[in-house]
Amino acid sequence: MTTQKMREILKILERDAHAAPDQIAALTGLPEEEVRRQIQAWEESGIIRRYKTVIDWEKFGEEKVFAFIDVKVTPARGVGFDDVAERIYRYPEVHSVYLVSGTQDLRCVVEGRTIKEVADFVAQKLATIDRVNSTSTHFLLKKYKDDGDIFAESEADHRLMVTP
Amino acid sequence: MTRPEKREDASPGRRPCKPLNTVIANCPPSGIRRFFDIAQQMENVISLGVGEPDFVTPWRIREAGIWSLERGYTTYTSNSGLLDLRQRICAHLNRRYGADYDPVSECLITVGVSEGLDLALRVVLNPGDEVLVPEPCYVSYAPCVEFAGGVVVPVKTDACDGFRLHAERVAAAITPRTKALLFGSPANPTGATQSRADLQALVDLAVAHDFYLISDEIYDRLTYVGQHTCLGTLPGARERTVVLNGFSKAYAMTGWRVGYVCAPEPITTLMTRVHQYTMLCASHLAQLAAIEALDNAEPDVEEMVADYDRRRRFFVQGLNRIGLDCYEPRGAFYAFPSIRRSGMRSEEFAERLLMEERVAVVPGSAFGPSGEGHVRCSYATALPLLEEALERMGRFMRRPAPDRLDKGEAPALRISSGLGAGQGA
Repeated sequence: MTTQKMREILKILERDAHAAPDQIAALTGLPEEEVRRQIQAWEESGIIRRYKTVIDWEKFGEEKVFAFIDVKVTPARGVGFDDVAERIYRYPEVHSVYLVSGTQDLRCVVEGRTIKEVADFVAQKLATIDRVNSTSTHFLLKKYKDDGDIFAESEADHRLMVTP
Repeated sequence: MTRPEKREDASPGRRPCKPLNTVIANCPPSGIRRFFDIAQQMENVISLGVGEPDFVTPWRIREAGIWSLERGYTTYTSNSGLLDLRQRICAHLNRRYGADYDPVSECLITVGVSEGLDLALRVVLNPGDEVLVPEPCYVSYAPCVEFAGGVVVPVKTDACDGFRLHAERVAAAITPRTKALLFGSPANPTGATQSRADLQALVDLAVAHDFYLISDEIYDRLTYVGQHTCLGTLPGARERTVVLNGFSKAYAMTGWRVGYVCAPEPITTLMTRVHQYTMLCASHLAQLAAIEALDNAEPDVEEMVADYDRRRRFFVQGLNRIGLDCYEPRGAFYAFPSIRRSGMRSEEFAERLLMEERVAVVPGSAFGPSGEGHVRCSYATALPLLEEALERMGRFMRRPAPDRLDKGEAPALRISSGLGAGQGA
């Protein structure tokens, strides 16, 4: 299978985790069996890590609070920032942790049910970790676009029914 | 569908006017248009009848349009169009196809390919000149030839060889009055593309018999198999070829109405003359947006083309599975399957499919008599809708014909009258 075809399959799955092998086969013009084998190989090798669903929880009626927390850390010899990052990302309420350039070192996304819950987490868990010097918390007010998905009504189809 | 009564005509004492232009009055309205009127009034219709991208213009291009409005670019441009844009177009054609057109004297910005086509025919034709047009073909070709005073000579193409435009068939239709050959590759409605060798054979014919070539290349970027050939780059073609292209399909910019023609200086000069008196210039806003398209929208184009290609494979395979035999369309975003197994004519098929299963397709006969036996389905439609359409069409095909007739569901709305009549020839 060519690299281009592989990329095509991955892109289809990235956009729609639900796409079945027979459908992908039709879309790419590859034999279904080959697609099935390839996907399985990727699942085993970890190129496909898992399949997830993008959910608009707000629309569902569930209140969730997110905060971006920038953390300043004193790096340590031998481990840099890694050990502190690990202590942070092991908490299930932490959505993501990145090492970033600039005045802060780690940028975390933390999820909670209330502002108080997130604030408590920061004050009691995050800020008290050794070598964490400071935190600055930005609560998320509105989500416009996340991971490539736009959280607004999609643009209507303004085309006429039949055109030349 | 109720038409407003023309009360004025009946009012007493009204004096008759002289008849309007006979060529135009005798030209039947587009078969597509009639079909549209019906489909538009129905609900829950999946339309495969749309001849334009289902993408909205990429945001960066729209943003450039907004910016140009904010900056007050609301004036005329030069008749030929913005030189910045013409330079980019010529560079783009050179980079992609090796074409060599001078932006100053051999490129003109038009209000879509439609205007370019009209201009080309007007400057090429004298009254009574014949234009060879392969059939089935885009609905506007024949009327535009007639409006320009020309006579259409159809050249039949067939599904069995992927609607190849045979030089022998073209040669057989040549007469001393033959002035031009007008065709598109990739083509609407068939999705067919012509090979470089076949195109060269057509160029050789044009040289041998001294006629012009008008090449509609609006679907050039939507070529999925092989490479597109810009006709003007073939040996012998340049001095007698008008290349028509635009931004509508590749950049999903149909509503912006911006296209271009590239042709040798003598032809471009005359086309510019008509354009400067009839149109003045293409929309300034659209021209600025087109510059952004050429500068920065290549990744968007590639993304859209890849998406069409996936749907093309999926949809054509689906059509063949449900008994609508379809050769592989290599370009554009149309499948043009045969409806032979249904035992119906294309108008009846399209009409019943719309009434019984609420799927709108365009009868092949709208694209000329040799389009009979086919329907045009656009796969520029979201994948889930294509799946649903295939489902409905499959159900339609499985239903035995007598059953369809016995149900007594005579369609309330008749659309066959005049549908497709006179299109294309």
